[in-house]
Amino acid sequence: MSKYQVNLKINNMPIAVEEGTTILEAARKLNFRIPTLCHHPDLSVAGNCRVCVVEVKGAKLLAASCATPVSEGMEVLTNSEKVRIARKHIVELLLSEHNADCTKCFKNGHCELQEIASEYRIGEHVFLDLVRPESKIQDISSPAIIKDDSKCIRCQRCVRTCEEIQGVAALGVINKGDQQRISTFLNKPLNEVVCTNCGQCINRCPTGALTERNYIEEVWNAIYDPSKFVVVQTAPATRVALGEDLDIDPGARVTGKMVSALKKLGFNKVLDTDFAADLTIMEEGTELLTRLKKALVDKDETVRLPMMTSCSPGWIKFQEHMFSDMLDNLSTCKSPQQMFGAVAKTYYADKINIKAQDMIVVSIMPCTAKKFECERPEMRDSGYQDVDYVLTTRELAMMIKQAGIDFNKLEEEHYDSILGESTGAAVIFGATGGVMEAALRTAYEIVTGREVPFTNLNIQPVRGMEGVKEATIKIKNVKPEWAFLEGVDLNVAIAHGLGNARFLMDKVNRGETNYHFIEIMGCPGGCLGGGGQPIPTSPEIRQKRANAIYSEDEHMTIRKSHENPEITEIYKQFLGQPLSHLSHELLHTHYKPRKRY
Amino acid sequence: MEKTLKKVDIIFEIDKSCSPLAVLDRTLQRPADEIILDLIDSGLKGRGGAGFPTGLKWKFTRNETSDVKYVICNADEGEPGTFKDREILDRVPEKIFVGMTICAYVIGAREGYIYMRGEYNFLLKSLQKKLDDFNAMLTEKGVDFQIYFKSGSGAYVCGEESALFESMEGKRGEPRNKPPYPTVAGYNNKPTVINNVETLVYTTMICHMGPERFKELGTTDSRGSKVFSVSGDTPIPGIYELELGMPLQDFINEFGDGDAKAIQVGGASGHCVPRKKFSDTIIGFEGIPTGGSMMVFNSSRSMYNVLHDYLEFFTEESCGQCTPCRVGCQQLLKGIEAVKKGDKPPAYLNDLKKLTATMKIAAKCGLGQSVGNPFNSIVDNFKEEIIY
Ligand SMILES: Cc1cc2nc3c(=O)[nH]c(=O)nc-3n(C[C@H](O)[C@H](O)[C@H](O)COP(=O)(O)O)c2cc1C
Ligand code: SF4
Ligand code: SF4
Ligand code: SF4
Ligand code: SF4
Ligand code: FES
Repeated sequence: MSKYQVNLKINNMPIAVEEGTTILEAARKLNFRIPTLCHHPDLSVAGNCRVCVVEVKGAKLLAASCATPVSEGMEVLTNSEKVRIARKHIVELLLSEHNADCTKCFKNGHCELQEIASEYRIGEHVFLDLVRPESKIQDISSPAIIKDDSKCIRCQRCVRTCEEIQGVAALGVINKGDQQRISTFLNKPLNEVVCTNCGQCINRCPTGALTERNYIEEVWNAIYDPSKFVVVQTAPATRVALGEDLDIDPGARVTGKMVSALKKLGFNKVLDTDFAADLTIMEEGTELLTRLKKALVDKDETVRLPMMTSCSPGWIKFQEHMFSDMLDNLSTCKSPQQMFGAVAKTYYADKINIKAQDMIVVSIMPCTAKKFECERPEMRDSGYQDVDYVLTTRELAMMIKQAGIDFNKLEEEHYDSILGESTGAAVIFGATGGVMEAALRTAYEIVTGREVPFTNLNIQPVRGMEGVKEATIKIKNVKPEWAFLEGVDLNVAIAHGLGNARFLMDKVNRGETNYHFIEIMGCPGGCLGGGGQPIPTSPEIRQKRANAIYSEDEHMTIRKSHENPEITEIYKQFLGQPLSHLSHELLHTHYKPRKRY
Repeated sequence: MEKTLKKVDIIFEIDKSCSPLAVLDRTLQRPADEIILDLIDSGLKGRGGAGFPTGLKWKFTRNETSDVKYVICNADEGEPGTFKDREILDRVPEKIFVGMTICAYVIGAREGYIYMRGEYNFLLKSLQKKLDDFNAMLTEKGVDFQIYFKSGSGAYVCGEESALFESMEGKRGEPRNKPPYPTVAGYNNKPTVINNVETLVYTTMICHMGPERFKELGTTDSRGSKVFSVSGDTPIPGIYELELGMPLQDFINEFGDGDAKAIQVGGASGHCVPRKKFSDTIIGFEGIPTGGSMMVFNSSRSMYNVLHDYLEFFTEESCGQCTPCRVGCQQLLKGIEAVKKGDKPPAYLNDLKKLTATMKIAAKCGLGQSVGNPFNSIVDNFKEEIIY
């Protein structure tokens, strides 16, 4: 159904737009920029900050352009005297209750409030300082997220993110009037509530009120400590986003430059989480086939299907809180980051003749929940904390800037070996549907001896940004040992973003589905939209990163996890085979229920 | 059309010859469009503060296509100095029920709600009984409409219509963006008529007495009469129904204690009128509109304290979501304190007045938009009291 066209004028320029378009969107089409703070392309409209007000001729009130639909014959002024005075007042008011110590703020230089303030040249404060001393006490209870109310402008982007995208609602608005603020259930610290550490709120917070807990200094200290051997691993999704924080447009693949930069920063070895992603596929694929066998052949009632992926620590914590009765459906595999850590401090340490206690494993992750994950008590199977520090993509960009590296001019370099080799199947872990696709590429081939029946190995039905995806793959002409799978329709489902995960879980809980395998990623778009990725984020930006990931896959010579030669080696020399005793010890774990608030 | 003070008795009138239920019976026989025409003709404007023509509101909602529509009676009555809705609820609840039922008939609603201020819960026991009887009567007559009570959460802002819907839906009472207006998307995002208690009673009474008799009262812009809550320095505080359009001087002659220096018309969010302006200030939509609160201050009152109280009220009662209101209220409050203490020069009051101009046009709802009313009218007329 095509919509009506509405004619209006903005700053005297005529334009026709679809009915329902907001003034803000129409103005952007004409390249008139209107400042915004509470507006975000991923979220519902709030209309509460009021910096986007514009004048509509004939109206007594200014209109919040983000929240006001156009109407026929409307004449809008985006920069009239009234608008300018009001907008300046609004920014002054925001600053008057803001602890504007920019030089100490993690968001300095990336802050939407700061940008507007400097545009409007808000120098001397007209109004009284309203910052409350108690608001400066930060919530540092979470290993992943720092909440600083003295930097909060009450735009509620975090609240909408946590509720609308993540379906968690760990953050909410409490009190009214001058006491109104963003808080958690009963004002408990973040580490005691349902917060999954996903960091999506950070990605959308316009100011420094929500930031990741950063470990930059700790990592520099480790690098400079001669007694430590510091290895770094990089997650799949970092290589398609890091550029955004270093003056490169979204969608660029910067793998080689990133490796080169990491070497220049002084890490002793630059290795790849993608190796561990391939390892995960070996373990998880085998686990799936084993579960299917136990369920279908042995009729073992204790086996839980559908099996669910366990790579995403935000998703795991979400399940621990909200769907704890389904924890047994979770694959026992640790995430690639943690498999990497466990293998690095055992197999790898041995190989390179370094004592595990002298090794520091640093991860570069698109994710803030990984900071929480690496500190979990379950993640010390090497005898030490398997992964010592997690840096977000953003923190890595900061280190690169601190080191004075001209990222754009860097030569591309290769990962060190071993634990540096990986496949196209591993890199697509960074996109929603990627783990599923990688698992299918391997599992199908194990069972049938043939490649998955999709052109160029690209399993299109599991790709894309739809919130919940479903696919069915018919298994035919299997090898004799997999006879029980002959003719079976393998039903899979994929969800990304915890709101979609909840939707899918509810369906599963109601018994409306017959899936065998479900992939869930905590963040929208998968890890490429992770809470540690460069800010801003939007559907377009995430799509560009996804395109880059799939292009990275196509550029890899090896595109199936089981063909990674380093994987073959580690099983031959160390683990034996997937799900071996040693694998179980190092690469698998179990999770426990948590409270529901 | 110069008016003088005239007491009338429409709202609370008990006419033994014609009960509200008889009005209902008669009205439900008439075509809906005719009822709307009568209401438009009567010139009735909302009595909740904003003064929107009631007939039009009903007409817009009637014209919306939707299976589900609602009638809501706004009985949140949170404006300081207003207590007339309580009296109406207590004394003539059937007239409210009837007004809501007529409205439901006109717009095509099957459910109605009375959103009542939590503090009025003590009325609920006797009211619930009357409402149950009324609902049963409707069922008996085959009228497909039922009314329910909802208890408010105690926040002033929940009287704002869209915040009221949010609150009824179990959410935080924060005003919504407009458009869409309630007539298009109100409670549960369905077309909704929301009217003040008193407005609904007038609709009943207009159906009873006809628009002509209603129009005889008041002025061109302010038809009819209105219930006033008179408080403050007056020997005879209470509820009075008066014809609209009288000069304030007449009002003070009747209600003042002889020493009135100012009247706050329309509650905390209204305007303060000083003595010297009493004679040329008309009470009505052409002069100073009011939700009904009339607070009289005599010369013993400090207008600084009055303003301070109001600003404290708004600072607390702002829902806090939008910048101009949340921060603006605090700045005004702290601002007059700073001027009083000498921390800011008297000229700072001008900065604050400019701020209220921004609040008036940029705040999201009527609360923030109207804080400038008391601020400017008190600061302009009683500057010395604010500064010294
Ligand atoms: C902050 C605020 C509080 C309000 N409180 C009330 C109230 O308590 N009762 C009321 O009838 N209207 C109140 N209103 C006005 C309502 O939003 C709405 O205009 C009114 O209920 C419509 O009814 P009417 O057309 O019959 O006046 C308030 C408005 C604002 C902005
Ligand atoms: S949040 Fe922004 S404006 Fe505030 S201190 Fe940080 S950088 Fe500065
Ligand atoms: S980190 Fe995620 S779960 Fe926690 S508050 Fe932010 S959005 Fe909600
Ligand atoms: S924490 Fe950030 S996103 Fe949340 S309301 Fe405050 S400024 Fe907005
Ligand atoms: S004007 Fe005040 S009460 Fe209204 S939405 Fe804004 S903050 Fe809330
Ligand atoms: S961006 Fe429009 S009100 Fe905040």
